Amino acid sequence: MRNNIKVLINGIIKENPIFVLLLGMCPTLATTSSALNGMSMGLATLFVLTCSNIAISLLKNLIPDMVRIPAFIVIIATFVTIVQMLMNAYLPSLADTLGIFIPLIVVNCIVLGRAESFASKNNVIPSLFDGLGIGIGFTLALTILGSLREFLGTGKIFSMTVYPENYGSLIFVLAPGAFIVLGYLIAIFNKLQKKTK
Amino acid sequence: MEIIGIIIVAIFVNNIVFSQFLGICPFLGVSKKIDTAIGMSAAVTFVITLSTLVTYLIQKGILENFGLEYLQTITFILVIASLVQMVEIIIKKISPPLYQALGVYLPLITTNCIILGVAILVIQKDFNLVESIVYAISTAIGYSMALLIFSSIREQLALTKVPKAMQGVPIALLTAGILAMAFMGFSGIDQVFK
Repeated sequence: MRNNIKVLINGIIKENPIFVLLLGMCPTLATTSSALNGMSMGLATLFVLTCSNIAISLLKNLIPDMVRIPAFIVIIATFVTIVQMLMNAYLPSLADTLGIFIPLIVVNCIVLGRAESFASKNNVIPSLFDGLGIGIGFTLALTILGSLREFLGTGKIFSMTVYPENYGSLIFVLAPGAFIVLGYLIAIFNKLQKKTK
Repeated sequence: MEIIGIIIVAIFVNNIVFSQFLGICPFLGVSKKIDTAIGMSAAVTFVITLSTLVTYLIQKGILENFGLEYLQTITFILVIASLVQMVEIIIKKISPPLYQALGVYLPLITTNCIILGVAILVIQKDFNLVESIVYAISTAIGYSMALLIFSSIREQLALTKVPKAMQGVPIALLTAGILAMAFMGFSGIDQVFK
């Protein structure tokens, strides 16, 4: 159990997919125009990642080594399709805002990366915790980035007003703000990590 | 007129990198040198055109005919993955020099979200076959342009003094942010073509 907790924490901080591994940049930049959007995208990826990790670690002995990558992609695509259909049915407005980035979870390098480097070599329980850890790390990063952009751009966090909207600078909600805020966040994370070493 | 509109919008107004955020990973990964940027651009242009053509025909011919639209994601990614493999094998056989130039980039392309992204976008936008191909090619031109501009800036950037925590990706992201601001200047041009 202690090992599992370690795997979980590892995914959130030491191997944070966004700030440390720098994977999955496209959804990170594109869907964080508000805290809520960022968090929803993170949770959708968390679901796919955990499910695919479990399925792949269960099937790892049945999948021949030669065709392992295509097999992983089919498994991941199946769960992505499930998320896509559920979202269209129950949260249509969210599905509209996230748009093309829901099907694009398939090509998110984080998901395939974890399948290849962790789930295909470990048992079900550690794989579950690895998926959860990396997924939570991803969700946290997206939520932080989304909150910051929403706060700087419109003066709100999760649609709750902190300061009047007129004082916000809209650029942070638009495309350039995504690059700039993420750039500074990674720099801060680098600085903090060096201090703890 | 409509075709010209599609071209201008795809290259400048809705630039795939700076306003749609697709293909960021290779954008940051291969943009350190101009040579690699050119190789990647060529490979993307080639694969994107081919894959859009094939996925479009599969969507219209098979998936929509049999009411299997929900299999879109799975089918497209498999088609793209095998297409990239096939292209790799064919190029290796037919033209070794071309393979030398593009070979390294081809496997990377499967996980490049531009290819799958454009394949899904042309279906969502309800384009016909000609429009889809035009859209795919112009998107690739927009991507190549972004990659070339960015890599030439980064070659300069490597020579400048940057605070330690900002080195590498953070400063590259800030540069991309400023470039994205420049590209925002193009918004509104598309009104002319409506």
